[in-house]
Amino acid sequence: MSKTRKLTMAQAIAEGIGQEMARDASVFVMGEDIGAYGGIFGATGGLLEKFGKERVMDTPISETAFIGAATGAAASGMRPIVELMFVDFFGVCMDQIYNHLAKNIYMAGGNIKLPVVLTTAIGGGYNDAAQHSQCLYATFAHMPGLKVVVPSNAYDAKGLMIQSIRDDNPVMFMYHKGIMGLPWMAYFEGSSSEVPDEPYTLPFGQAKVVREGKDLTIVTISQMVQKALLAADELAKDSVSAEVIDLRTLVPLDRDAVLKSVAKTGRLIVADEDYLGFGLTGEISAIVAENLDTLKLKAPVRRLAVPNVPIPYSRPLEQFVIPQVGSIVEAAKALMNARLAAAAGA
Amino acid sequence: MQASKEQLLWMFETMVAIRHYEETMANVYLEGKLPPNIQKGLAFDIGSGPVPGEMHLAAGQEPVAVGVCAHLKKEDTVVGTHRPHHFAIAKGVPLDRMTAEMFGKATGLGKGKGGHMHLFDPEHRFSCSGIIGASLPPACGAALAARKLGKDWVAVAFFGEGAGNQGSFHESLNLAALWNLPVVFVCEDNAWAISVPKSESTSISSVADRASAYGMPGARVADNDAVAVFEAAGEAIARARRGDGPSLLEVKTDRYLGHFQGDPEVYRPKDEVANLRKNDPIPRLASLLKRQGLMSDADEAEIVARAKQRVADAYEFARRSPYPAPQDALNDVFVSA
Repeated sequence: MSKTRKLTMAQAIAEGIGQEMARDASVFVMGEDIGAYGGIFGATGGLLEKFGKERVMDTPISETAFIGAATGAAASGMRPIVELMFVDFFGVCMDQIYNHLAKNIYMAGGNIKLPVVLTTAIGGGYNDAAQHSQCLYATFAHMPGLKVVVPSNAYDAKGLMIQSIRDDNPVMFMYHKGIMGLPWMAYFEGSSSEVPDEPYTLPFGQAKVVREGKDLTIVTISQMVQKALLAADELAKDSVSAEVIDLRTLVPLDRDAVLKSVAKTGRLIVADEDYLGFGLTGEISAIVAENLDTLKLKAPVRRLAVPNVPIPYSRPLEQFVIPQVGSIVEAAKALMNARLAAAAGA
Repeated sequence: MQASKEQLLWMFETMVAIRHYEETMANVYLEGKLPPNIQKGLAFDIGSGPVPGEMHLAAGQEPVAVGVCAHLKKEDTVVGTHRPHHFAIAKGVPLDRMTAEMFGKATGLGKGKGGHMHLFDPEHRFSCSGIIGASLPPACGAALAARKLGKDWVAVAFFGEGAGNQGSFHESLNLAALWNLPVVFVCEDNAWAISVPKSESTSISSVADRASAYGMPGARVADNDAVAVFEAAGEAIARARRGDGPSLLEVKTDRYLGHFQGDPEVYRPKDEVANLRKNDPIPRLASLLKRQGLMSDADEAEIVARAKQRVADAYEFARRSPYPAPQDALNDVFVSA
């Protein structure tokens, strides 16, 4: 019987990587500051000491070269884990990510495997401004060929990491800085959780109902799951019963979980820290809209996300553009009073 | 390093096959693309005919491919460019499935999903990319994998002189030298980055000189000659195989055709190609083989006939092959995990 301990999400990710490295000699890690530093956000903490420099490789600041090298090494039988320090830095190396890593399997007619896990830090909330605070998971989910994993807590993160490493396809593993449990950045307590010490996997494409409710559904992901849970606590005080769905992976996406919950509650809020336009909130809303021939809504769909501005630096500005617990509560209360035009006219 | 008789004959036959392959493609490519069988008012229709899309041919650049690949084993990795046929043929990629890919057929290397700039043959460790400078990073990765697997395999990245100005070139050379990777970077200097001459794109005359900035050996072969490339590449590949690290090799070569088929080549002096063809590497190698008594006229005729037959068979295979079912477009985004 496996025992559990409370771990931060960073510890859980590093433990998952380490257990796979111990199990499979073809797994190795490379990236900037992932060795002695243990990853700027702790995702590779302790691995250098255990596995040495040949398997835990600090790289030069050359994302095109080392992410492209991960693709080449994977095509040659290795299973690299490669870290892009902040997702915002994709601009310097996107060609190797989306023109090669994401497309080569398809252009090869499925005749090659590319088991690469590309880890990257996402998210704001700590005043790091427009080039170090984005989520951008929808950008990567939009382009075919990458699986996109975005955990909200330590337990999920370990299982999803091991699943990612064992997958023969490229996986973007995107962890929010504000739930890693770092000693130098405020984080949501709920993101640290009991984690079995044994290795385990969580399947992709299976959302989790993290809180059951009957009045409305909040579909979300990543750090926003923790905010949604706090919002649900608040709403309960006003007798509003919110169901919270953690999508956990965007590619593949668990459409059924969304539809099932909305069928039950009849109301949907999509809460997201990525940009509003052309993103996750639109995608989830469209899935619901496409199913209105069978699905019955009691109110219009509501979307909370960053309102198509770069992430601002100043605290009041940043807190305004990123949805907060309070904004979810407010939107939910308003939604309980909203009516469909057809119903209002009746 | 001197080429053996077998190596010289292999290089000759492979160059003949490449040349014939590219000249055949130049003709096949035009099928269905010219008036009167296309939309009225067009001079050319890139999307029509049995081989649609862009087409970049390597006639004239054969020495680079054969001079390097003569040293390679099946397990060695080659990453080519948007102009990839000569590398693929020299690396042993099956001609029939490669040609079927360009015809967009279900029997193609990528089941018709890649086309001529995106040829993937994992068995022969060959791939290529339509993006300039994109070959170098994955070649570093293949070399890194070889070292981690404890094998003496090497990786070769081919790229053009225009790619020597991409960030990926500089990042990759630094990484390879830093990590002492068994990789050889081979620059094909065909003098033209589409329409821009090297003198107007590159700050120094020899890309190979940039090797010194990264602490690796650099050499330039100034002659479009298979034997000269063979000798220079032999040293670089042996060095990589020994574990002594990467090298940069630059070869002056000649592009006989346009950047792509249909290129009006308004930028190029009228008599340039005619002059380049006077130094055609294929007859040069033939006469060397004959001077040294390694090939008779009859041998040559047999070799040429054999190479042409291989090419003809590949085109025949491609034409006879079926197209994929349209809905197959939805498959192969991911392999089953």
